[in-house]
Amino acid sequence: MSEPIIKLDNIKKNFGSVIALEGVSFDVNPGECHCLLGDNGAGKSTFIKTMSGVHPPSSGEIYFQGEKVTFNSPHDAISKGIATVYQDLGMIPLMSVSRNFFLGNEPTKGWPVKLFDHETANKITEDEMSKFQILLRSPEQAVGTLSGGERQTVAIARAVYFGAKVLILDEPTSALGVKQTANVLDTIDKMRTKGIAVVFITHNVRHAYSVGDRFTVLDRGKTIATANKNEVSPDKLQNLMAGGKELPSLED
Amino acid sequence: MQNKIDERIRNIGFFQKTLVRPEFGSICGVILVIIFFLLIASDNGMFNPDGIRNWTVVSAQFAIIAVGACLLMIAGEFDLSVGSMIGFSGMVLAIGSIHFGLPVWQSIILAYILSIALGGVNGFIVIKTKLPSFIVTLAFLYILRGLTIFMSVTTTSKTILSGMKPLADADWLAPIFGGEVLTGLFQWMGDKGWIEVFKRGVFEGQPVVSGVPNLILWAIGLVIFGHWLLTRTRFGNWIYAAGGDASAAKYAGVPVNRVKILLFMFTAFCACTFAMCQVTEFGSAGADRGLLKEFEAIICVVIGGALLTGGYGSVIGAGLGAIMFGVVQQGLFFSGAEASLFRVFLGGLLLVAVITNTYIRRLIVGTGD
Repeated sequence: MSEPIIKLDNIKKNFGSVIALEGVSFDVNPGECHCLLGDNGAGKSTFIKTMSGVHPPSSGEIYFQGEKVTFNSPHDAISKGIATVYQDLGMIPLMSVSRNFFLGNEPTKGWPVKLFDHETANKITEDEMSKFQILLRSPEQAVGTLSGGERQTVAIARAVYFGAKVLILDEPTSALGVKQTANVLDTIDKMRTKGIAVVFITHNVRHAYSVGDRFTVLDRGKTIATANKNEVSPDKLQNLMAGGKELPSLED
Repeated sequence: MQNKIDERIRNIGFFQKTLVRPEFGSICGVILVIIFFLLIASDNGMFNPDGIRNWTVVSAQFAIIAVGACLLMIAGEFDLSVGSMIGFSGMVLAIGSIHFGLPVWQSIILAYILSIALGGVNGFIVIKTKLPSFIVTLAFLYILRGLTIFMSVTTTSKTILSGMKPLADADWLAPIFGGEVLTGLFQWMGDKGWIEVFKRGVFEGQPVVSGVPNLILWAIGLVIFGHWLLTRTRFGNWIYAAGGDASAAKYAGVPVNRVKILLFMFTAFCACTFAMCQVTEFGSAGADRGLLKEFEAIICVVIGGALLTGGYGSVIGAGLGAIMFGVVQQGLFFSGAEASLFRVFLGGLLLVAVITNTYIRRLIVGTGD
């Protein structure tokens, strides 16, 4: 197996007296989809925020391509190629698709003052979005006019365009309809074949199992289990997420 | 592939496209108020050269502070200390040059440095405490006003300092605030008899309107600069993002705190420019100058189509809002209406603007949000 692109070792995080993470270890390989599962409050969001540089960990180490790193800001993580797609705060609804697409990475032209090159931005946005089968009325339409699935796709397309090596998806399917979910899962599958490492956070075992290669279950700030796809069944994952207790079966 | 359009996307007509431009409402408003006052006040000289100069100067004053307030509001913050800042920086200029005998240009630079630094402090406190800027700058509204009065009473035992005019006229820097341009053109037009000239007295033969006040050039320059900054630069994209959703912007790597602090400083710069023009043109400074200017700036910005919640707006719109404000204020004066009616009118205008803006935002983001 290839070397993990990012490896987090024994991460702990306290917020004042609250212990959010109590020693979580996690890694992901290029071209792999590693799903992070857990119920609400398990510490999934806090954990990925340490991976993306939003919260520096209280203790524990992060290795990127075998090298020890510290992320003091989201910018540090982004510059390494770690892109995060947040469930609802990735896009700014009142801004246009192309302004959102290039937010923080605006193409510039001109001298001596570098101006935002709207023409290039609009053209690239249109091209990249059509690769994901999203046809925009105009790259200048507001993101607020897109559906939830389309917004997720814009965010994923943006991350990929800017050379993401690790793509962290925070509950990308939780607010989506059936068809949009299928689109997002399909996109995850495509990313994997491009050699991008995908970290897929969800509490929906079905979604996870359909694209995941490896699964890690968190509960109350601790790792409960890590397993490859061939070692575990969806039912087993579901039970692990519930903290080992058998869930009342409502499915059939 | 390129030409295939999703069948569910409705074609949006020209009308709706125009309607969602933030400037649209204010352009209509300006046209409406000008027509209105052409009908009722043109007999009273509102649209003579003299009258036009009167309301363009008032509008330009509003525009100068509205540009700063507009960019700051789009970035999601308010500055309620603008009026106190005007009083403060004007007083710094007057005390510096009249009481301490500093050259006027040095006092002007000092006023700019102090007010921009105070703007930075405003921004820094907002960022560090994460309190709403409404509260922090409300505190500064009182602190600065009090300090200004204290400063002028303890140094000069007066609250109004006059006698700036001769000092300013002799200075090299002051005329760019208080002076006029195109005086030759206006004299020539007066000589030709195209514009009114004084018939008798010491000014005999000179045109009634002797030139375009530099104040107006400042206003136009600042509106153009603000519009350019907002729509054409990376920084402009960050301004929208900081107000649209600060945490999303931070996650995308935008230095939101820096953007906001710089805009607080820019707002202070605008307030100081207002004060410099006012003091050098009228020749006096008062510790009570600039009262309520912060609200007037915000009103111009909102009439100009910006959303109070940030993330959306237009500097051109704010400039048009300032013209509307100036025309209405001076128009009611020219038409001899009861002065108190101005406030009724203004309040009504504000209400209509906010309701329209909310409706327009729904149009931009599609369905109800």
